[in-house]
Formats: sequence, structure tokens, C-alpha cells
Amino acid sequence: MTKSDVAIIGAGVSGASIARTLSAYELSVTLLEKEADVSFGTSKANSGIVHGGFHHNKKYLKTRLEIRGNLMFDRLQRELDFPFKRCGILVAALKEEEMKYIDHLYSQGVENSAIGIEMCSRERMFELEPKLNPDVVGGLYAPGGGIVEPYRFVFSLVESAQKNGVELLTGFKVSRSQPSGDGFLIEAEDGRRVQANWVVNAAGLYADNVSAILGAEEFTITPRKGEYYLLDRLTRAAPTRVLFPVPTKISKGMLVIPTVEGTVLVGPTADDIEDKEDLATSAENLDKIFDSARKMIPTVSQNDVITSFAGLRPALAEGDFYIDISKKAPHLIQVAGIQSPGLTASPAIGEYVKDLLKKAGCRLTEKSEYDPFVEKVPRIRDLSHYDADTLIQKNPDYAHIVCRCEEISEAEIVEAIRRGHTTLDGVKYFTRAGMGRCQGGFCSYRIIKILVRETGMTYEQVTKRGAGSSLLVGRL
Amino acid sequence: MKELEYDVVVIGGGAAGMAAALECRKNGLQTVIVEREEHLGGILLQCIHNGFGLQEFRQELTGPEFAEEFIRQIRDSDISVLLGTTVIDLVSDATGKEVFCYSPEYGLVKFNARAVVLAMGCRERNRGNIRIPGTRPAGVYTAGLAQRLVNIEGYIPGKDVVVVGSGDIGLIMARRMTWVGSKVHAVIEIQPYPSGLTRNIVQCLNDFEIPLYLSHVVSRIEGKERVEKVEVTPLVNGIPDADKAFEIPCDTLLLSVGLIPENELSKKAGIELSPQTGGALVDSTMMTSVPGIFSCGNVLHVHDLVDYVAEEARRTGSYVASYLKGKQPQRQVRIKAGANVKYVNPGMFNPDKPDKLYLRTLIVKNNARLEVKLDNRVVKSVKKNHVQPSEMISVKFSARDVADMQPTSDSVMEVSVQ
Repeated sequence: MTKSDVAIIGAGVSGASIARTLSAYELSVTLLEKEADVSFGTSKANSGIVHGGFHHNKKYLKTRLEIRGNLMFDRLQRELDFPFKRCGILVAALKEEEMKYIDHLYSQGVENSAIGIEMCSRERMFELEPKLNPDVVGGLYAPGGGIVEPYRFVFSLVESAQKNGVELLTGFKVSRSQPSGDGFLIEAEDGRRVQANWVVNAAGLYADNVSAILGAEEFTITPRKGEYYLLDRLTRAAPTRVLFPVPTKISKGMLVIPTVEGTVLVGPTADDIEDKEDLATSAENLDKIFDSARKMIPTVSQNDVITSFAGLRPALAEGDFYIDISKKAPHLIQVAGIQSPGLTASPAIGEYVKDLLKKAGCRLTEKSEYDPFVEKVPRIRDLSHYDADTLIQKNPDYAHIVCRCEEISEAEIVEAIRRGHTTLDGVKYFTRAGMGRCQGGFCSYRIIKILVRETGMTYEQVTKRGAGSSLLVGRL
Repeated sequence: MKELEYDVVVIGGGAAGMAAALECRKNGLQTVIVEREEHLGGILLQCIHNGFGLQEFRQELTGPEFAEEFIRQIRDSDISVLLGTTVIDLVSDATGKEVFCYSPEYGLVKFNARAVVLAMGCRERNRGNIRIPGTRPAGVYTAGLAQRLVNIEGYIPGKDVVVVGSGDIGLIMARRMTWVGSKVHAVIEIQPYPSGLTRNIVQCLNDFEIPLYLSHVVSRIEGKERVEKVEVTPLVNGIPDADKAFEIPCDTLLLSVGLIPENELSKKAGIELSPQTGGALVDSTMMTSVPGIFSCGNVLHVHDLVDYVAEEARRTGSYVASYLKGKQPQRQVRIKAGANVKYVNPGMFNPDKPDKLYLRTLIVKNNARLEVKLDNRVVKSVKKNHVQPSEMISVKFSARDVADMQPTSDSVMEVSVQ
């Protein structure tokens, strides 16, 4: 049995951010994740946007945390070395009527102190993004918005947390709980147990189930599905800034996103569904997404698609975040309904939850030996010829290019595995191997072999993303 | 960093690269092959079935045997070979070519060369490229990856298999998976005709009673962690008929839905590509739009037989030699794909040195006629018993064919199939 001061359920971006924030204090913290790796739920499949602080009114908690979270990214990037770029956000109005809404967004942004926010004429819009549809009549520019690789962000947060003493338990699916002292005794499906004085419920789509298991508030998380398509980095349609249409009542609309790593993402849809495991994409939404994207950038083409995916937003009916000390269980902090702008808000969620824990009676003493930095991973494709040469002289595995499309070396794959990413998807998200245009056609077998060599797993134990997703079924 | 000087750098050590390099060397050029894998041979090494070499060696060989013939010749020559070495950049300017590579042995290697041959081959189209809806479980493989896993690594990727696309690799893999003890439930082809060679339909499907569904598509993949089933929908006049859709339970989906020449490096070098082939646009000497850079094999256009690749690459090698000797064609006529022709390669014709043309049709037809016109005058007409898009057609010109050609500087040669 593991004993800790705080147990955090869920290692998505909220849980990871909370864990990392708490790792700066004299506390024993356990981070529990039901999947084989962190960030494998909602946090891996979203738009990867650091929002610009103009989409929602300040009366919402989510807006206040979004504004605060946005400002925290630059420092986090310096400490944690994840792909992040403040490329700016454009909202494009396609009709004169839509300018009224742009006006509203602008006022809201000013109210929220969104940095540098600007109303744009048609000319200004084209100056900022020459690839726009000629029908665009004007819009909004929020230079403080940006893009981030969400899984890399979570990986870095967790790595930093672990470095500062947080214990991560993966494959830990909370199934039962009983009171224990002032806190809880939590049991996983496989029988592992964790005793904690305080518990943070950051279980994303399953926050309602976890709340029920912990005997706390009843609420319902509705999965809201978003489908996306990823375009090759050589597409002619790549914009330089994130492009939003004018939002509708239920979502911010379908976007064209230049990812930090150079590919282009189009989507998402927004459909409320029932099944929390339904990650299927559909033919109908394919056309919908591309029709919408082409209204902003006409050169967006289905021919450039390299893959598709779907993510589920964990939505509460009220539409706001629910982050509070449980009224029923005073040693439980609820962190639920973290849909958009959850990724942007996450650093601020970490601080907010830390303060709630303090309010709930948790003693917070700063650790003298806290180290906010994680060790940077050299990536051969980012290096100059000279630096690449130096690195290869030190470790020839940097010259073994395993993933040709994204130019990922064997040394980087090995580093991912040593840092705990032992599934094909885990290696992929950490390194980008298999994320390019051939989608693992050339490199999958090599990564499987490296996984077997480095971990001692048998080939049957190698999975795409954990239990049940075996890649190979037999040997000749 | 290591800097090396060669007359020619050949990028890629598969059939095309080896054949081109041997020809360059034969013509006295200092030649190096840069290959990213640990062995020469390319994809041939995983093609352990036979059917290779009927034209090149007048005997039926397996892929590795075909490769071995070339590898032996390379070993017997003084062609340099760098294995496990990936080219990362190709720069061309007035003074020459610079090829940058990562080598585990030397670190960064920079080749200074007078000419470059692109022979990087092709990659497989994948699920994302054909946008099959559904979930994203384990068990979806391109046929070539499955072939690699089975034939070289010795792993079985699945027990109950559905193959999408009747391309040759898909057909070969349907048979291969049957031989390793897995059950192949169906091959699904979107076109009303098979896309692989007829001999493969017979030897890989019919002989094993594997059903081939023409004019059908896989319309959905189901399964949470591993593939559980696929939904198959028939097409009626090209439109999916959802009422007639049915499901096939399976744990594996193999995709054989086409090949794409791998020209990302060519794009870096500013080489102009053809939207029809995905390969470089080349003149009658197989030279790309960047002088001194040549292209051949599957990186130029996807061939169905390696024998054609070897022939084309050899021709390319000799053109490299002519180019470096300063011999350029005096006259070149632009070639245009006419009626029912998808593309013709190369894109120019030299009436003073008539050579082979390769083309693909857009139609399936028996008793077809291939016509070559120069400025609307028929200069060659060939009867073809059967044409289909999946079978590449070659046309050879003789000295007599071109004897009375009188092209002007803006003449056009048009190739059509009726």
C-alpha cells in the first residue's frame, strides 16, 4: 500500500499540472492514471491551443483561469522544454453581420485584459494571413494566443513532478474507496491500494464516476466529441496563426491550426454523445470539417490528410469548470468539467487547487530542493549541421534515423523509453516517430524492436497504447 | 564532419540506385551509393516470393535473389557504399551539388558531387490518406509493413485478416498470411477491376479461395483497442449503397491502396514534380528540372515490375555519364499524355536518340490501340490486346520510327490509347 498526503486521480493536463505545482511543497503526492501512460485521454486529442482570453466572460471561473494560465506558459516552456509558440489567433468574419459578434469578442477581450487584442479590417486580416479566403470581411487578432503540443506539455509536467518526488502509478483504475482517517483508502481494479489524506478528483471524462466512488457530489459529465484531421506539413494550406470562425452557441467552431511541429490540424466538430469510449470518426463529419475549413483557407485539401482522430471534451451542463472543495467530503477537491479552455487554464488550475488544499487544511511548506527544470532532450531535426555532427560523435544513435518522415533518431526513441513511455503511442507522442506522412509504415517495426530490446518485454507484450492493443499475435 | 568528393552521389540502394550506380561506374564515374538501411536491396529484401527477373535475367527469381545479383556486382566494383546513412539535405548551385547525410560512423557527411541520382523509392498510402472512418485500434497495417514484419522480423501481425485494395503487395500478402496460418476473409477493391497483376489475382487469391469484392469499400473500422470488425459497403455506379453494407469480423486490416514516390528530399532541392506521378518531371535524359539531378525507379513513378526499374535506372546512369561529358540532346520534343493516358515518362523525347517510354492508361480495354502523334501526325501505332491502369505499358522507338520526324522547337508528341 502506498501512503501519501495527496492522491491525484487522473494524469491528464489538470492532474499533471496540479501534481507539478504540489511537488514544490513538502508533501508526498501520488498521481494515479488508469491508462498505460499519462495524457492518454482528453489531453492528447484536442486543438492544442493556448487561448487568447476573449471567448468568454470573466464571470466564469474558466475565463479567469484561462487568462491567468495563458500568462504562465512562457515561464513553463523555459523550465519544461515543450513545444509552444505564441503565434497569435485570428477570428475571421465571413459576413458583415458577423462583425457585430467580432465587436462583442473584442470588448470581452479588452474587459479580460487580453494582451494586444485588435479589431481588424479586411486588409489587416490579409496582411496577417495572406492565405485567407477572399470572402473574409474583417476580424479579430489576439497576438497573445498560441499553440502547444498538448501531450508533450503533460509529459513534461509529469516528468518535472516526478523529479521532485511525485509518485506516478499508471494502469491504476480507481474502483473502490473507503474513508480512512480524515482521508481515503483508494483501491484500484487490480487490487493496488493508496491511502491519502487529501484526494484531488481530476478524472476528466470519469470525474462523475470517481466522485460517486468517493461518496461525494453527484454530477454528470457528458462527452462532447470533437473530430480532427491532420494535414501533411508540406500542405500549401498552412496558416501562420490559429484561425477561428465566428463562434456558435455550443462551440468555438471548427479551426485551422498550424501545429508547433509544422503540420496543420483542422477541426473539431462538437457533438454530445453518450459513450465515454466512442472515439470513432465519421464520413459525414469529414466533409463538414473540410467545408468549414475551406471557408477560411480555400487551399485546405482532403488530399493532404495524413491521419484523423477524435477527442472527448468532459462537459458539465453549466458549461463552466467545477473546481472546489467537495461539500460532502471535506478532504476531496473536485476538478471537473475541464473542457476548453482547460489546456490554457491548466497551469492556473494547478495553483488554484493548491490554494483550495490549503483552505481544506493541507499544510504547504516550500521545498528547499525544488528544481523546476527538466533535462532537455536533444532532437536531431532541430539542430544545425554543426550541432548534429557534435551530437552524433558523442552518440552515434543520433545518426540512426528511425522515423524518416519526422527525422527522429534511435537515440530519441531510447530516451523516450527510458523516461517511461513504453507503448508505441507513448513513444510516438514523446518523439513524434510515426506521426508524419507515412504514419509509421516504415518505422513501426523498428520501434517495436527497440522497445523489446530496451524494456525486456516480449514481442507479444508490446502494445499500441496499453492492455488489449497488442500489435503482434504470433511468431513464425 | 567529413567531406567527400564524387562524380555522382546515388541516393538510395534499392534496385534503381544499384542499377544506376553500376552504369555510372561502367562509364568511369566515381560513384557512391547512400543507403539509409543497414543493407543494400531496398524493399526487394522483404519480397521473398518469386516472379522477379524474367526480363532482366531471363529467369524467375525471388526479391532477395534479384537484389543479390546487383549487390554482388556492386561488391565486385569499386563503387563506395555508405549504409545506415540518411540523406538530410540536398543543395544544388552553379558550382555543383552538396549532399548532407547523417552517418553513425562519421557524423555529418557532406558529399560534393557533379551529379546526383535520386532513387529513394516510394512509400505506401495509409489509412489517413484514404480517410477510412471509425476507431483507431491496433491491427491496422499497410501491407508492406505487414510483409516486413512477417518475412524479415518473423512476427505474425494478426489472425483474421481483411485486405483493403487489390494492389500487388495486398495480393501477395493475402497469400502470405494464409501460408502463416492466418485466415484471410476478403480482399476489398474500390474499383470495378483488380489493381494488381492478373497473375497475382490467380496465384494469390483464386488458388486459395480468398473472396475478392470489386466495387466495394471498407466504410468503417470498429474495435476499441484492437480491430474487431470492419464494415464493407458496395458501390453502385460509384456511390456507396449503405443498405447493402455488411460486416466482417477480423482482428487485422491490411492496406494495399497505392504507392507514393518519396520526393520530400526532391522538394527540398527545388525539383519540379508531376501531379500525375508524384515523381519529378524529367526530360529525355531522365534529368529533373534541376540540372545535374536525375531521377529513376519508383521515386520517379511507381513501376509494377522491378525489371522495368532496373532498365530505366541503367538508362539513367548512362545519361548521367553523357551529361558529365557535356553531351546534351540537340533537340527535345515535349511529350503530352493524350486521350485515356494518365502519364508518360519521361516527359521529353529526343528524336536523335529514340528511347523507351513508359505510360499508364486511365481505361480498361481489350483490343486497344496505342497511338503516338507528332503534331497531329501519327508516327507510331501499336495494337494492345489488353490495357488496364494497373499495368504499365512501354513503347520502344526504333531508328526507323524517327527517321522522318521533322520536329520544330514547339512540336508536341502526344500519346493516346483508344
